[in-house]
Amino acid sequence: MILIWFILIPAAAGLLAWPVGRKSPLAARWLCLAAMVATLALGGWLWAATPDHDAAQGHWLAQFRAPWIPQWGAQINLRLDGLSLLLVLLTGLLGVMAVLCSWSEIHDRVGLFHLNLMWMLAGLMGVFLALDLFLFYFFFELMLVPLYFLIAIWGHEHRRYAAVKFFIFTQVSGLFMLAGILALYFIHGRQHGGDYTFDYVRLLGTSMSPTSAWLIMGTFFLAFAVKLPAVPVHTWLPDAHTEAPTAGSVILAGVLLKVGAYGLLRFLVPLFPAAARDFAPAAQVLGVAGILYGAIMAFAQRDLKRLVAYSSISHMGFVLLGVFSWNSLAMAGAMVVILAHGVSTGALFILAGQVQERTGTRDLDRLGGLWETAPRMGGVAMLFALASLGLPGLGNFIGEFLVLAGTFQASPVLTVVAAGGMVASAIYALWLVQRIFHGPNRESWRLGDLNAREGLMYAALVAAIVWIGLYPRAFLDTFKPAGQWLREMSGTGVGGSTGVPPVEVRSLLGTKPSVNTGETPVLPGNSEGRP
Amino acid sequence: MRQLLWLIPALPLAGFVILALAGRAMPRRAVAAVAVLALGLACALAVGVGVEFVAQGSATQWTSPADGQSPVPAYAWRQSLWQWVGVDGFKSDVVLRLDSLSLVFVLVITFVGAMIVLYSTGFMWGDDGYSRFFAYMNLFVAMMLTLVLAGDLLLLYLGWEGVGLCSFLLIGFWYKDPANARAARKAFIVTRLGDTAFAIGLFLLFTRLGTLDVQEVLSRAAAQWPAGSTLATAAALLLLGGAIGKSAQLPLQTWLPDAMAGPTPVSALIHAATMVTAGVYLIARMHVLYRLAPQVQLLVGIIGGATLVYAGLSALTQTDLKRALAYSTISQIGYMFLALGVGAWSAGIFHFVTHAFFKSLLFLAAGVIIQRLHEEHDIFRMGGLLRRMPLVFWTFLAGAASLAALPLVTAGYYSKDLILSEAWSSNKLLWSAGVLGAFITALYSFRLVGVIFFGQEKTAPRGRTPAVMALPLVVLAVLAVAAGFINVPPLLGGWPGLTRLLEWTLPSAGIHHDVAAEIGSSLAVALTTLAGVAVAWLVYVRKPAWSEAIVRPGLRRLVWRWWNAGWGFDWLYDRLFVRPFVGLARLNRDDFIDSFFDSVAWTSRQTHRALSLTQNGQLRWYAMVMALGAILALGVAIFI
Repeated sequence: MILIWFILIPAAAGLLAWPVGRKSPLAARWLCLAAMVATLALGGWLWAATPDHDAAQGHWLAQFRAPWIPQWGAQINLRLDGLSLLLVLLTGLLGVMAVLCSWSEIHDRVGLFHLNLMWMLAGLMGVFLALDLFLFYFFFELMLVPLYFLIAIWGHEHRRYAAVKFFIFTQVSGLFMLAGILALYFIHGRQHGGDYTFDYVRLLGTSMSPTSAWLIMGTFFLAFAVKLPAVPVHTWLPDAHTEAPTAGSVILAGVLLKVGAYGLLRFLVPLFPAAARDFAPAAQVLGVAGILYGAIMAFAQRDLKRLVAYSSISHMGFVLLGVFSWNSLAMAGAMVVILAHGVSTGALFILAGQVQERTGTRDLDRLGGLWETAPRMGGVAMLFALASLGLPGLGNFIGEFLVLAGTFQASPVLTVVAAGGMVASAIYALWLVQRIFHGPNRESWRLGDLNAREGLMYAALVAAIVWIGLYPRAFLDTFKPAGQWLREMSGTGVGGSTGVPPVEVRSLLGTKPSVNTGETPVLPGNSEGRP
Repeated sequence: MRQLLWLIPALPLAGFVILALAGRAMPRRAVAAVAVLALGLACALAVGVGVEFVAQGSATQWTSPADGQSPVPAYAWRQSLWQWVGVDGFKSDVVLRLDSLSLVFVLVITFVGAMIVLYSTGFMWGDDGYSRFFAYMNLFVAMMLTLVLAGDLLLLYLGWEGVGLCSFLLIGFWYKDPANARAARKAFIVTRLGDTAFAIGLFLLFTRLGTLDVQEVLSRAAAQWPAGSTLATAAALLLLGGAIGKSAQLPLQTWLPDAMAGPTPVSALIHAATMVTAGVYLIARMHVLYRLAPQVQLLVGIIGGATLVYAGLSALTQTDLKRALAYSTISQIGYMFLALGVGAWSAGIFHFVTHAFFKSLLFLAAGVIIQRLHEEHDIFRMGGLLRRMPLVFWTFLAGAASLAALPLVTAGYYSKDLILSEAWSSNKLLWSAGVLGAFITALYSFRLVGVIFFGQEKTAPRGRTPAVMALPLVVLAVLAVAAGFINVPPLLGGWPGLTRLLEWTLPSAGIHHDVAAEIGSSLAVALTTLAGVAVAWLVYVRKPAWSEAIVRPGLRRLVWRWWNAGWGFDWLYDRLFVRPFVGLARLNRDDFIDSFFDSVAWTSRQTHRALSLTQNGQLRWYAMVMALGAILALGVAIFI
């Protein structure tokens, strides 16, 4: 029952904040802040209450089930394991930050802004909790709409272009995945005598011909690769980030990209293990390409937010590489990258927002010499830039090291190439700090240094990144059983050994189902009309 | 004492945290007190730990057989703090390990670090970033101590990257000048190239040996890998990549001459106690690996030999005092690499110790000179300072003499002599490079002394040297002369205490007591050194006109300039790597991949426009299109 609150609290707060915001913007801010703090505390409580894992207990920590659309086999099926829990915590933490960093930035239609922000967060929570594929897709789409409005209404100069671009990229790729989900649904249903279900756990181990597996996996991969984003479908990200308001950027980089990573870990590999195994080399090459391409592109940017956006692409390359190495090291590494990147890049976007709020520009050619007027801000920027370049002692290092160490076991050559990212990331990260804070203060900026609210935000984020960097065990141990389970699931599902003849995608599109021993499913408004 | 091991790196780290969080609000005296106390306490603690360690260790270790192939496991203290990373199949602890090798490093780092910080409290007094400076300095020492005390390679890597970071922060300390920022960036990125090789080496070691614990890695490597095996060679090579980056050896040496952009005490710290000696430490720490890969070990020696001559010649041609000293560091680290390469393990570490004293001394003295001469760096605009700054002269002389390895009376002599006499028995070519280097070293050291302190006075110094700055100079000068006596070869009737201590951990150079060869080598080194000093004296003090003759236009001047510019490495790297990288990155600033998606968008817009043209509201047009469509549809239905 507790799981539903992760979604309901932000959603309800958003609904309340809308009318409240018309009367008193400040009340709306406090309301949303309280809601997110409560959500985060709820997650923290769940984390602290997590019993030590016994093999007998299974790895699910909590679940919630309610009927939704029984005719279709779609349920409200929320489940939480270590993987989801860490992402829920990350969403909670960055949700708090998103509310706080909009405090003095957003003055226009505050209530509506918070409605969108809260609903986006609710959608994200749902994505990380839903283990019914239909429900997952529902939340997957739900979170896009508020972000579209956040960018299009409260964004910067080219906000319409960026919002539309973002929406089309994610929407089109999401539709492919919907087709994939439906294909999987029908294959499973026909195979199991009309057991039409969207339940993730039951769909695991669905056997299908390699071609079908490849096709369906392809649709999932497309959706998650766009989200992640992987090169070459990354071009929406720099635009969306640049134009989004700070809170949008923070959630976009910190959590929304992680939906892609989560999808790969949770759905893509366990559902299609054999196909994923064959596809792994290609995906790893894409990951390495992302690491290097993102880092080089980041260095070339003039716009502060664009620079950070490209650095995200580079970091997400590590996730892609780690997921498709699929061993305990690389997966744990990918998990840590997910968390550490969320914190460090979230902080860098908050910083970018503050710089823009104070100077009115994000142009690196105009900035410079800010250290003398805002040394605390500079110190924080330095720290998170260092996290970004993978300095040991800060979170990202642990993740990247584990990913590379895990990948090395499978492919030393790729690891060596990917390690080039360590040098390239140093170049852009130092460049970032030096362009803003060092050098002569050409335009004679006089900024206020961090105020109490901002200092508090950074204190929390610094604590988080140092915690991940020096004592990652807390996170690794939480993830371990979930990772193990995912690996087991993908291990047994290979080769279609369930004794049921595989069902072809082609048969779904063609005239007659080849395997349909049971009764035809009752699909309202559909059962007759289907070809 | 054993339980307090963790405090040695923790004290400077605490100093950093205090200064970073509250330093801006603290008065300068408090900042100075925190910085000096943190390092002073760490140093005192290190001495206490060292005394107890040696006392307990000698009880167990002294009984080891004297054949040099010590079968007794090295005496060491180990302190496990917490498990850092634990995943199925990968475990890495935050664990400190003290053995005789790390003890020597810890003592030198904390002592020299404390001296430099004490000096800096005076040197940096007028600077705006007073607390920031000491925060960075404390962090620097903390990271270096973590590096040398780490019992696990991952923790060592943390220290390794940490010192890289601090060098970046301190080289770019005066951040308003873009040139300093560039130098800082260069230092970090060039050393990161090496660090990346190091990291790949860690992946290799872990994948093959299943652990990153230093002792486990060494014992498993020795057990599993035959000498000369590909894996051992690859691992040794990759770690060497890291070592040459940090230690500024060929071909990754280009960052160090520029690193003098930071305040002078920073150079003293980087060159003497921290950072550049990390590579020497790493190779000595992983010596088992290098003995398994003899070709790589030879490569270490060759790199050392080549670097010491290269950098010596560059040092000879510098006119900037700090740059000359920077090249001399590269050259002296080359000696250490040469020592490691020929298996003179403890001799290399001995040279690290003496070098730490005389090089920090030289930089600190240079700092006084530069500060009192109104930021004048050019040695040819100094001159005649002998009378105006007698204290600085005598201390600088002690450092220069030690650097030049003036026979018998300086510490530098004992260490260099030990390296070369051991090199003689294993590799004559490297030995010759070392002797040639000894001549060059003597020449450039006394060139500096002659040009700066003798001749005409060209710039009048101002002020006096404050006591906090003078005291470290004197202490270090004494050590630069006397530190050699801890390790006097038996041949001279002494007792090589440091070598004995280091041989608890490092392999002995072997028993080759060819006394005649040793004497021959020592004589050659001593005579070459004296010849170098004499030539320098003649050219730069007695006949200054000769020194001008050297740089008269012509081939000699071209060579001189070429050496002065560090043999064109910067020029070459700039064209080979920097410009193509920057150019390509900027060229693709707008991301060519996006043009594909833009073209999709453009196509759909154009299609939209074309199709909307058909909706022109003219009835005739609609009727015609309908008719055409009907014909087409019928045609399809009938014929296909």
